[in-house]
Order: sequence, then C-alpha cells, then structure tokens
Amino acid sequence: MYINLNSVPWHAVGGGLMIGAAVALLLLFNGRIAGISGIVGGLYRMQKGDIGWRVTFILGLILSVVIWKFFFVLPEIAIETNYTMLALAGFLVGYGTRLGSGCTSGHGVCGISRRSPRSIAATIVFMLAGFMTVYLIRHVFTF
Amino acid sequence: MINFMALLSGVVFGLGIILSGMVNPAIVLAFLDITGNWDSSLLWVMGGAVAVGFVAFALAKKRTNSYLGLSMQIPAVTKIDSRLLLGSLVFGVGWGIAGICPGPAVVLAGTGSTDALVFLIAMLLGMNIYQNLQGRG
Repeated sequence: MYINLNSVPWHAVGGGLMIGAAVALLLLFNGRIAGISGIVGGLYRMQKGDIGWRVTFILGLILSVVIWKFFFVLPEIAIETNYTMLALAGFLVGYGTRLGSGCTSGHGVCGISRRSPRSIAATIVFMLAGFMTVYLIRHVFTF
Repeated sequence: MINFMALLSGVVFGLGIILSGMVNPAIVLAFLDITGNWDSSLLWVMGGAVAVGFVAFALAKKRTNSYLGLSMQIPAVTKIDSRLLLGSLVFGVGWGIAGICPGPAVVLAGTGSTDALVFLIAMLLGMNIYQNLQGRG
C-alpha cells in the first residue's frame, strides 16, 4: 500500500500516541483500563477505596485544557448540534456505554490493543451505528 | 502515588484528545460522514493509540501486579452478548448525533463550553439511570 507522507495527519497520529501513552500509564502503574465511560460510570457504585483515582483521572482530563492553554491556543471547536439534540445524544452515550460496558477508549483503544473479540465487536457496532446516524441526519432527513 | 498516576494519565489522555483534533466534534462527525466530505483523522488517532496500547497490554499480560503493586484489573469477560451489542448500538447513535464520546465530553466541558456541559450532564444522567435500573434488576 502506498501512503503519501504529506497527506498523513501527523497531529492526529501524535495525539493518538499520547492517548496510547496515557493508556499505558494507567494500565502498568494502576492496573486499570483507561476507558472513560467505565472510569466515570464506576463512580456511581461508590465503592470505598475505588473513588480517588477515578476523580483524579477525570480532573486530569479537565486540567489538560488548562495546561494546553498555558502553552498554545485551543484548536477550533465547532458544535452545531442544538441543545435538545445534544441532551438526547448525551443521554444515549451515557446509557449506551454503560449497557455496552465501554466506549471509544475502553473498547476502541484498549480492547483492540488487547485483541479482545468482544471489544472488536462493540467497536464495529458503534462505528456502524455512528455511520448510519450521520448518514440519516445529513443526507436523508437533513434537519 | 496511585491518585497521582491517575491524574498524570488523565492529563496525557486529555492533551492527546486536544492535539489529535478529536476535541472538535466537527472532525469526529466528518469521520462518521462516510458518504460526505470524509475525514480520516479518527483512524490515525486510533492507529497511534493502539500501536502504543498493543505494547502496553503485551507487557501487562506478563504481570499479576502493576508497578505500584495493585492487581491488574483486565476484563475477563469474553462473551459477545445482547447487552454489549445493544449498548454499543445506542452509544453509536448518540455519538453520531453530536460527534462527542465520553473522553472528549469531559475535555470539552473543561473548556467551559455550554454545549458540552449540556451533553455531559445528559450523559451523567444516562449513566445514573442505567445504574439505578441495574440496582433494581
């Protein structure tokens, strides 16, 4: 396969490598899977001794914005979805990731990294569902 | 130290989400729009992340305890059941509507975006309702 190196989005690859490094840190030091829906969702169980690391990880995600802004300007962020659809989307993402035990990070990155057939199946399903949804919204119903 | 490593992992994860462009829902939606003006960025992000993750999990497999002496909590479930498939389907529909998944949702909320806060609060509500139904069932 021929890949034109000028067409490779290197910032995407670099960001991906950093996400992989974050996965490696949490896995090798804490023995945990860096799946965001699992880390956030686990807070609802309120298990003693299982809260601190979840909270600090989430704080880290938020802190990354502050650190980024200290050195660079945030990239352009465009959200064109209205509040009603954002709320619906958020609800489906929250409920769906808990029912399906994972999201883009837990199944998509960690699961594929450990070649889990379960995570590979989940990733195929949520990607296909995402493709279908965008197709319907942008090209069929166009609302 | 456990909490510090989690904080560090969160920071690196978040910086990766920002650098990769995945913090911008428009880029994620452009990846999901396969019949439109398709943007391959998300695939490159996953490729980069999996390349490092692959090595990390290979190292983890040889260990029973983490470097900090905690047990390795790697999922043992292998069954592909209806919960997994239905949950992933519901998640994918929500992801397709807004182009936001849980990681970027938290990072976006960190930027102070009201849009992101609406999404995040609804997401937490969805998780809460799942948890409550679980507890009863």
